Amino acid sequence: MPAGLYRALLTVVGAIAAIVLAIVISSVAIIAAGASPEAAFAAFFDFGETERAVVNGIVTMLNRAVPLFIAGLAVAVGFRMNLFNIGVEGQYRIAAVCAAYVGSTFAAPAWIQIPVIIVVAMAVGGFYALIPAVMKVTRGVNEVIATIMLNYIAINLAAFLVRGPFTGERAKGVLTTTTPTLPESAWFPNLNVLFEMFGLPAPRGGGLWGFLLVAVLLGIGLWVVLERTRFGFEVKASGLNASAALASGVSPKKMVISAMVLSGAIAGLIGMPEILGDKHSFGSNFTPGLGFLGIAVALLGRNKPAGIAVAALLFGFLDRAQGPLQFANVPPSVIMIMQGTIVLLVVIANEITSRIALRREERRAAQQLGRNTPVEVAA
Amino acid sequence: MNADTLAAVQPAVELEGITKRFPGVVANHDIRITVEPGTVHAIVGENGAGKSTLMKILYGMQKPDEGTIKVNGVEVAFRTPSDAINAGIGMVHQHFMLADNFTVLENIVLGAEPKKGGRLDAAGARARISELAAGHGLRVDPDRLVEDLGVGDRQRVEILKVLYRGARILILDEPTAVLVPQEVDELFDNLRELKAEGLTVIFISHKLDEVLSIADAITVIRRGTTVASVDPAEVTARQLAELMVGSELPTPETRESTVTDETALKVSGLTMEADGFRPVPKGTSIPLYVERLRAEGRRLLLDDVSFEIHRGEILGIAGVEGNGQSELIEAIMGMRPVHGDISLDGADISTWSTLKRRESGIGYIPEDRHRQGLLLEASLWENRVLGHQTRPPARKGIWVNRRSSRADTERIVKDYDVRTPSVDTLALALSGGNQQKLIVGREMSGEPKFLIAAHPTRGVDVGAQAAIWDHLRNARAAGLAVLLISADLDELIGLSDTLRVIYGGRLVASLDPCDVTPERLGGYMTGAITSTEET
Repeated sequence: MPAGLYRALLTVVGAIAAIVLAIVISSVAIIAAGASPEAAFAAFFDFGETERAVVNGIVTMLNRAVPLFIAGLAVAVGFRMNLFNIGVEGQYRIAAVCAAYVGSTFAAPAWIQIPVIIVVAMAVGGFYALIPAVMKVTRGVNEVIATIMLNYIAINLAAFLVRGPFTGERAKGVLTTTTPTLPESAWFPNLNVLFEMFGLPAPRGGGLWGFLLVAVLLGIGLWVVLERTRFGFEVKASGLNASAALASGVSPKKMVISAMVLSGAIAGLIGMPEILGDKHSFGSNFTPGLGFLGIAVALLGRNKPAGIAVAALLFGFLDRAQGPLQFANVPPSVIMIMQGTIVLLVVIANEITSRIALRREERRAAQQLGRNTPVEVAA
Repeated sequence: MNADTLAAVQPAVELEGITKRFPGVVANHDIRITVEPGTVHAIVGENGAGKSTLMKILYGMQKPDEGTIKVNGVEVAFRTPSDAINAGIGMVHQHFMLADNFTVLENIVLGAEPKKGGRLDAAGARARISELAAGHGLRVDPDRLVEDLGVGDRQRVEILKVLYRGARILILDEPTAVLVPQEVDELFDNLRELKAEGLTVIFISHKLDEVLSIADAITVIRRGTTVASVDPAEVTARQLAELMVGSELPTPETRESTVTDETALKVSGLTMEADGFRPVPKGTSIPLYVERLRAEGRRLLLDDVSFEIHRGEILGIAGVEGNGQSELIEAIMGMRPVHGDISLDGADISTWSTLKRRESGIGYIPEDRHRQGLLLEASLWENRVLGHQTRPPARKGIWVNRRSSRADTERIVKDYDVRTPSVDTLALALSGGNQQKLIVGREMSGEPKFLIAAHPTRGVDVGAQAAIWDHLRNARAAGLAVLLISADLDELIGLSDTLRVIYGGRLVASLDPCDVTPERLGGYMTGAITSTEET
């Protein structure tokens, strides 16, 4: 079996074992909460009875997975070189509020309007990530601490902006404040046509976010950059062995800056599906916490785009069950317990499986060499 | 037939048929050793012969797959080093395991602290340490900080630490590797004292002269198995060496000089402060600034280092580790800021980045291949790209050229005899010698003008060592300028065209490798001989 396939299989087996174990642990939590585990797990797979309900369930799951996937990618860029960008949370919020406001100030054809909004989001996110990067390379400030602090600033700054300078008109009886609504040319088309193709009813609300396609392209693009380009090689080298990278002429300062800015720019996109595809503004009820969840998603996906996609779908799948769980009389916080245990167990499983894979590689090399050049050992 | 029935005393350690299968390195196979109590028993073998694995087994760090271990006649099965310690076995590691910011006393008791009402019983510990130190002739000051101690003192602390835990059998893993000849004599006096006290010493080494002068019995290990047990009185160093290697010995001799008069690398006045680089104030010249640093009594890691290396010349730098060699390398590679000028082929490269220096033809075989030379968890071809990521064949525009990188790695594997299943194998699966050959092959590709070779044959087997020496000699003949830094004095003397000694960050002597002995070199390296002689 080729080493790559073996490693992939081992990873899958490890992940499945971790998920099974997580189900067992969550069952204990569910029983402790006084509910029945069967009812809870049935709720996860209960997408409803009508076709429309099933479609709605799937769309909820995918729509949740899209920003989580982007957040996972953003975190993974830093993680690949042992750079812990905990600031994705702040970066995406500040980027979202700025992009939503800028987008609302002008109206242009969609092919200009939407790219401009996206570019603004990426620029703001990238710039906000540049701050901790500069602090790190010039003064040695630990990026974990800097980004956590900058999160507080960003979250509160975004809240201020949406109430203050960037605020839009508030309709009567509405409690949330938002930025001005985007012109229709900034509305990202949905993908409901996919369901219609199969003769299924269209989901309600904003439908399946068209930004899904952008996310998929982003994932592929990032894979190409990380796995095939010189920049990706330098990221990998810095992550595997920073001192060897330094001795090989990879400038750690340049790498910290560029990886951080790339991470922040991707983080800037996290809010885009919701703003362009659904709410068409940034409001005080904008989905929070995506950046922090992105850390878990990246860990779960082993910092690889394909793995992150699976992890994001898993999180989307679990999050969708919020409603059905309540109907089944199970506290929905079970979901968070499950997510937490899965992440922890998968991290452990990853560590174990990668050790097994490395050891196997060593053994294989030793064996093959043993065949080619018999070691002269006196019996 | 059985030695036990004849001998009045049980052997201190008896290893029977020890076998350890271990991927990537030479495994132990059917090892048989009997160590008599109250002797110094040497285990000799080339780097990579399996000595360290054997000692790890004896110290409980690894479990043998087959075979039995008897200590004082009792069969034991160690699961952890603490089992071995309880059985009276202590190990002095090749790399010291001491906490620098602790005193000698604290280091000795660390992990086995005597307590009095829940607090450290410093007085009791001090009394015991003084008793041990006096009894065994190991003089140390228990209240000094370990960071202020020299290498020899640190080693004595390590030995005391082991004795403090009640060890009666001491394993010393290459204890002389870090010592200069004078310190080696002192260590041997200590060992003789320990022996006189009835302790048993297992002494691992590959330096035959030392082994012959100290050991009461010698066991030779080759390719993972014991090939002979000999009496030091009856063998010569030459015979021992041939037992160890199993064939003719390679020598690092360089033949006729290939030194040209074209300067490849020139450094002048390199100076580095110990407490961080500070730019020279405006209006002051570098020499004046350095003069001021010296006047202020600042510690300098590099102090006015100047030399030239010509095309086809190998300049060897001898020195006890930690006297500025690493700093010198990092300064030349542009990894650490430094005062002074560096020029390559007449071009001033002092302000260039590491990348630009590499691109302009500096190759670098790092002193620690795992730390600076390899991505262990990446494939061989990716390791080929490392350091060459901006040059063909590794690069094609913004892309890494995977196909030609692979092809060029195949070439290195073939030309440099890297034993590997394929170029997609992870670097960590290779033995040390093969990893090093890959690095040498990589650094020699792209036609470098100047090569830094730091300990190029450290921890590699004898075959790889000879091959690496050959590659260095061939490259030198082809006009490469080489800066050779090594702890192996024979290697330095044998390969170098010019020899310099670094001591305390200064180049203190310039010697002719043709008429210098390791002893004299050792004198300069420790600062025992101070007069500079020019050749």
